[in-house]
Amino acid sequence: MNFYGYHRKDGTVGIRNYLTIISTVICANEVAEAISNKVRDAVPILHPQGCCQMPIDLKRVTSTLAGLGINPNVGAVLLVSLGCEGVNLEEVENKIRQAGKPVEKVIIQEIGGISKAVAKGVELAELMAEELNKQEKKPASISDLVVGVKCGSSDTLSGLLTNPIVGMAVDKIIDCGGRVIFGEVTEMIGAENHLIRRIKNQEIKDKIINSIINMENRAKSVGEDMREGQPTPGNIKGGLTTIEEKSLGAIIKSGSKTIDDFIEYGEQVREGKLTVIDSPGREPELLTGLAAAGAQIIIFTTGRGAPQGYPICPVIKVTANPRTCDKLNELIDVGFTINDNDVVDIESVFDTDSNKLLSYFNEVCNGRLSKAEINKYNKFINIYVTGPVI
Amino acid sequence: MIKAIVMNERDNVATALCDITEGSRPVIVGSKSGQGIVVKSDIPFGHKFALCRVLENTLIIKYGEVIGVSTSFIDAGDYVHVHNVESLRGRGDQ
Repeated sequence: MNFYGYHRKDGTVGIRNYLTIISTVICANEVAEAISNKVRDAVPILHPQGCCQMPIDLKRVTSTLAGLGINPNVGAVLLVSLGCEGVNLEEVENKIRQAGKPVEKVIIQEIGGISKAVAKGVELAELMAEELNKQEKKPASISDLVVGVKCGSSDTLSGLLTNPIVGMAVDKIIDCGGRVIFGEVTEMIGAENHLIRRIKNQEIKDKIINSIINMENRAKSVGEDMREGQPTPGNIKGGLTTIEEKSLGAIIKSGSKTIDDFIEYGEQVREGKLTVIDSPGREPELLTGLAAAGAQIIIFTTGRGAPQGYPICPVIKVTANPRTCDKLNELIDVGFTINDNDVVDIESVFDTDSNKLLSYFNEVCNGRLSKAEINKYNKFINIYVTGPVI
Repeated sequence: MIKAIVMNERDNVATALCDITEGSRPVIVGSKSGQGIVVKSDIPFGHKFALCRVLENTLIIKYGEVIGVSTSFIDAGDYVHVHNVESLRGRGDQ
């Protein structure tokens, strides 16, 4: 499976070539948005973090923003800072520059206010956009890809059909040399038996189990039953009864290969073919974690229909729920139709459908717009934090 | 016509693959094919019913793994969901 992509100086390959306007703190969001509105094809990264947080979270926001800047789909970056935030602006800038990418910055307090910052930002961004437009795509292969996998608005069919089909596609991507990353540690609660059998060594096993325990303890620490949040009311309506049931259905989307690495939120994927990222299940936080880890494309399984995309990654929506397929066709990229007779020979159905998904996936890598890109449903992102806002 | 699926031979619940009406005897496929259980209430698409009698405080098994515990007696064919099963994990209330 080959495609044409943008070859970066750090050896990675982008399937898109975004000029990204990254706000480094909540207070700079509106300036970053105003700049991106005035520059054709610029994409803003706006988020509610970046200041008045515990040191662990400020470090994480810093590394996550840098990770988004060095994502292979990003061709150039304009950082928009207020000037007094807790995020380490210099570190974000340096990491992006070290990856060989053009990076500029505008600091609102230094330049003299909103209108001056917007004017300067537009000037800098337009210069970078001009350079990006000259870049050409060159041949690349699936081994240049990091693929994120996620599920959202799940129903029981997600666990029975959709996620097993995606799991088979994940196995095939890895067989072709690609790397895959998945998270949603909340949805590993109750699926430990299944996971443990597939983890490479004791060290990675301990890290993953500890992250599951930490996630469960975080939920318990408020002294209430977790069910009001997980499974979600929509999951329950769709037939899921408990977090354990949701987890067992969710984990199947990671396929059957050995899990050979674990990374913290904000870190980039390494050599591992199948990596777990420490992250919760909610879309705004997890999609950011996958993109910051280096994913150029995300496969997103859904039961009841989820609209979310991501500013710098095509997100492919997949479902085997025929009702969702019909009703929410504008959101769904690939729908699988399982007939009564198919259930008898389910393995061959999974094989055919996973090939159908991979063929669409290849088209998106080659530039076909995913439904979330067409819908531009990609404004609301967040960064996962563990401590309080102070 | 296939109406429900069982994921693992250890499971004590089946999942409906369409809306199943009270009193019908759905065809079941998967790890426990051919069972003819009469469902005792309407089972919505994607929801579960019991394959056997389940006493109160008994583990509910799907995918061959524990997905929760019964909070009341559940008869074969009864609807199994949040009204009679609760999670064992992620809880701060016990």
